[in-house]
Amino acid sequence: MMLLQVGNLSLSIHGVPILKRVNLSIDPGQIVAVTGESGSGKSMTALAVMQLLPNGATAEGAIRLDGANLLTQSEAEMCALRGASIGMVFQEPMTALNPVKTIGDQVMETILIHKAMPPAQARTRAAEVLTRVGLPPDRFPLSRYPHELSGGQRQRVVIAMAIALRPRLLIADEPTTALDVTTQAQILDLLKGLVREYDMGLLMITHDLAVVSDMADQIVVMRHGEVVESGATRNLFRDMQHPYTRMLFEASGHQVTLPEPTQQRPLLEVSQVVRDYRLPRKGLLDAPGHHRAVDGVSFTLNRGERLGLVGESGCGKSTLTRAILGLEDIQSGQIMLDGQPVFTGHRPNLAVRRKMQVVFQDPYGSFNPRHRVARLITEPFHLLETPPKGSERQDRIAEMLTAVGLGPDDAGKYIHEFSGGQRQRIAIARALIIQPELILFDEAVSALDVSVRAQILDLLAELCEAYDLTYLFISHDLSVVRTITDHVLVMQSGRIVEQGRTEQVFSDPQHSYTQTLIAAAPQLPEIGKLSA
Amino acid sequence: MLRYTLKRLISLLVSLAVASVVIFTVIEVAPGDPASFMLGVNAQEDTLAALRAELGLDGSRIQRYFNWVGGMVAGDFGTSYTYRTPVSQMIADRLWVSLPLALYALTLSTLIAFPAGIYAAARRGKPGDLAVMGATQLGIAVPNFWFAMMLVLIFAINLRWFNAGGFVGWGEGLWAGLRSLTLPAVALALPQAAILARVMRSALLDILGEDFMRTARAKGLSRRQALWRHGVRNALIPVLTIIGLQFSFLLAGSIIIEQVFYLPGLGRLVFQAISARDLIVVESVVMLLVFAVITVNFLVDLAYAAVDPRLRSRS
Repeated sequence: MMLLQVGNLSLSIHGVPILKRVNLSIDPGQIVAVTGESGSGKSMTALAVMQLLPNGATAEGAIRLDGANLLTQSEAEMCALRGASIGMVFQEPMTALNPVKTIGDQVMETILIHKAMPPAQARTRAAEVLTRVGLPPDRFPLSRYPHELSGGQRQRVVIAMAIALRPRLLIADEPTTALDVTTQAQILDLLKGLVREYDMGLLMITHDLAVVSDMADQIVVMRHGEVVESGATRNLFRDMQHPYTRMLFEASGHQVTLPEPTQQRPLLEVSQVVRDYRLPRKGLLDAPGHHRAVDGVSFTLNRGERLGLVGESGCGKSTLTRAILGLEDIQSGQIMLDGQPVFTGHRPNLAVRRKMQVVFQDPYGSFNPRHRVARLITEPFHLLETPPKGSERQDRIAEMLTAVGLGPDDAGKYIHEFSGGQRQRIAIARALIIQPELILFDEAVSALDVSVRAQILDLLAELCEAYDLTYLFISHDLSVVRTITDHVLVMQSGRIVEQGRTEQVFSDPQHSYTQTLIAAAPQLPEIGKLSA
Repeated sequence: MLRYTLKRLISLLVSLAVASVVIFTVIEVAPGDPASFMLGVNAQEDTLAALRAELGLDGSRIQRYFNWVGGMVAGDFGTSYTYRTPVSQMIADRLWVSLPLALYALTLSTLIAFPAGIYAAARRGKPGDLAVMGATQLGIAVPNFWFAMMLVLIFAINLRWFNAGGFVGWGEGLWAGLRSLTLPAVALALPQAAILARVMRSALLDILGEDFMRTARAKGLSRRQALWRHGVRNALIPVLTIIGLQFSFLLAGSIIIEQVFYLPGLGRLVFQAISARDLIVVESVVMLLVFAVITVNFLVDLAYAAVDPRLRSRS
């Protein structure tokens, strides 16, 4: 007997079609992954099963849970099913919990709202479930508040809420996307274990094909609200019928070839850098404590070299980046660019600042929406003593936009007219326009879909060829760092624990932390092996 | 929580000290000599000097500041220049009108605003929401003295349910006292309730878009249950801020309403004292109001921490 069967599900919101005749099914104990790029309708499919659709949504077709069509259930009937028969886990554990209620209360609420057991028993069950997801009450009392837990721990609480009543179906919408690789591996293991133990069906929504290939029994690939291909994981990876599936797969493991670095002259020299943050005083008269975010970091980046910086959240990579950019003062050590210090005294050195540019993660938040592209990308000109004017300025704008794969005509447009990938191209144009000695890419491709990410990586490789770029590429994504850099630094708790040539570090990691990171990162199966 | 309270308490005391210096200085530099004002332009110099000595105006500024503050701490606010009665007694009489009136109005405004704001947020964009929003728009736009006059016309003159003005005093019993404060409290409360309802609505709407509200729905809570259990408490922070501001305003800013209803409140006292250059009264009332505002802020801070556990642990 099928647990969930979605048949010919079509969905429109205010008349705009979102899903078109989606079919998928899940058996008890089975993991089905729905994958695709943003806008493919995968999250909407999940929300449709929960019947938690936005206002103005109308659905046709059928969603059958144990034979009963959810589309014809009343809202009260759906309330009785949600949490009891269908549990759901969301992407963003930092905001998925109510900040003003304890974790015990929030897990208990699932039980109490369905009147499944009296409060005292519900408390015991909540403690059991939290223990099951790895938060035993002796270490994580039920009276903890969400802000006292890390992202991974919060996601465990969300999972505990979803499985407290042992639902028949669990829906997980990008459950690990916001988490570090090692945490991701633990959460995925937990979900797999729960599916086996409770004989639940798991509908997992994810954009990450590597995660999919590790986890799922069945894969459903979606694009523009339609299922383009589906099947058992092994089969699907073996004979990928649809060109879109093939493209997704290739883009996920996209490799680029970088030109060999030409010179061996040091450009950026970081020596013994320490950055402390003051913590709030414990008592009124106590000396304030310190948190050492960057702890004695030293490395050299040569001209024409591409250096990666990897590590998990909180390891200090962003702090180090800001210190290099001269945005944060350091407590000791020295940062030199081209032989000049980034800080003179405690003030950032402008002459050095104009030799560096940065590209940030969020292509939506890093532009002023009220300026046109021409103004946006020429912003770094204010760093120059004699900024180009008139036709020279126009030529530079046109050159840069062309270099990043856009056209000179785009200079007159506003930023909202561009997609995420195009915006990231504009961010790169902005960084390149004063031809800086060094560019810092801070998670610059992390927010992009795989196909767009592949294009941006290609663009970077081309630009390396054309402009002999030197960059520092900060990312938590090991597969990207592996292909886009030739040297790499591995950072843990403020220290560099391993550094060396990228290929060498990845194929033969020496430090135990590097080994853990690489082992935890989900791997795409090699097409060659599968098709053989 | 204890450390948080202690920190807030210290900040309260520092604010009070700074405020007292500022008030004293401002009143000191204001032109006009109370003694010559009291005795008229033709007073003899030695009579003036004697009066200044009597009023305690002849010492050094620092000495006078400490006399003033020390007196206030001991409950002695000095003697009014014009009425020759203890200021503490004058203020106490007025406070017994103004404080209950402010609390009464604030209670009314909260009782109106909370249900209205929550109702509107739960029915966003529907006729119920539009009706509440329209009513609050009107409540903000119409001045409270106009409300006051309408209330007098309808409930005092036509229906004769309440007196048109005056305060019977608490000696007549709690009910009689409340009754004579009802119309002014309603007139004060309506515009405040309109603002508060709008703040409540928009705070709740922000919260309704949060991820944890979706989580609550995924657990099986109905829309209404999610709103009450997870929405309202999270929306309280901005609402508490506004309540704190409104209380301070109600305590001192009700002078127009006091005039309309002939209430012997603090607002009228300050007004009369300023006209008569009775600086000692002005100084004392202003200090008292500052004390009230700072204390209310302190209470609002404690309320924040009670609502939001993140504030408790941050300190």
